[in-house]
Amino acid sequence: MEYKDYYKVLGVDRKATQDEIKRAYRKLARKYHPDVSKEVDAEQKFKDLGEANEVLKDPEKRAAYDQLGSNWNAQQGFQPPPDWGTGFEFHGAPPGGGDQHDFSDFFESLFGQARAPGASRGFHMQGEDHHAKVLIDLEDSFNGASRSITLQMPEVNPDGHVVTRNRTLKVRIPKGIRQSQQIRLAGQGATGMGGGKAGDLYLEIEFRPHRFYRVEGADVYLELPLAPWEAALGASVKVPTPSGAIDLKIPPNSQAGKKLRLKGRGIPAKTPGDLYVVLQIALPPADNDKARAIYERMKDELEFDARATMEVA
Amino acid sequence: MVTDKTLTGHVLENYELVTIQDLCRSCTVEVETIILLVDEGILDPVGSDVECWQFTVTSLRRVKTAIHLQRDLGVNLAGAALALELLDQIADLRSGVTS
Repeated sequence: MEYKDYYKVLGVDRKATQDEIKRAYRKLARKYHPDVSKEVDAEQKFKDLGEANEVLKDPEKRAAYDQLGSNWNAQQGFQPPPDWGTGFEFHGAPPGGGDQHDFSDFFESLFGQARAPGASRGFHMQGEDHHAKVLIDLEDSFNGASRSITLQMPEVNPDGHVVTRNRTLKVRIPKGIRQSQQIRLAGQGATGMGGGKAGDLYLEIEFRPHRFYRVEGADVYLELPLAPWEAALGASVKVPTPSGAIDLKIPPNSQAGKKLRLKGRGIPAKTPGDLYVVLQIALPPADNDKARAIYERMKDELEFDARATMEVA
Repeated sequence: MVTDKTLTGHVLENYELVTIQDLCRSCTVEVETIILLVDEGILDPVGSDVECWQFTVTSLRRVKTAIHLQRDLGVNLAGAALALELLDQIADLRSGVTS
């Protein structure tokens, strides 16, 4: 079993006051709250914070935990000392006021016995619905896909302890799914109590940010860089789209910011979204004599005032 | 536990509605909590009588987030409402940005 340094988790000194511990917990809890945070391992971090706080905020548990310090040897892994628990009395309501928490084995070995067995009262209740996010690529919405997702599900075992079970589910991502849409998987939520029905699992779709596409509802936007002469003279250029490259005709005298709409090339559906190509102009660098000479010639021979509308000439 | 079978779920359209009873069951909250969330402007019910209130499916996640924020961060309902609004704004801003 791995020893957990709760002080390190909260980033406080071993001599920190109860107020300092509270402040550190609050601050980190806001940062890593899974509903708020975009950090990759927010969920695990938040869980660790909760566990550390559970022990350190309670002066009795903290004192007991502090005593372990000298009895612990990193090479051997952690075992609670044989005299553990004598001289301390844990006023053990289940942590978090009866809510289902799942703490580490380390926590369970130290404080687990103080919990009241909660679940085995004789009532029927349908299991809770669970919510999770699934990250997919935009292309998955165009082609359909299947994704394996691993969920950590807290479960109450027969003696009233909460244990974490890893479940891996393979889920079909249907073609045409959009950002923030939910997929409901009936009966894949928490198990019911006393023979109650299992809850449902809701998966919320989130698109991974793409290098060059951006999505708004069913519409897809692409910023397309053009050489100045392509924009000025018109051209036919190869353009990537999520359903494959296409040839796109650029009309002559196209300005940067111009939007070309490709109807029905957005996210597929009965009424599919559109693909908007937003034109950008990429300037060739004037980093050699030849390029500089061409720019000089344009300067001398073209009557062009880029700021004509600003009336500052 | 690993299931090899590929599960096919039901895709919810964001305009689909759930009843207040479904919402309470799904989020394991009492009707009173939902009324408070409506009063705070966190949820927008369809219908007049509380018993017949319906909510869009996006409310499921909103209720859960509001409850989690209150439980985990010690914010009150108004604070949770503010956080939810800011989270919506961040999501909107992010959708306008490519990586």
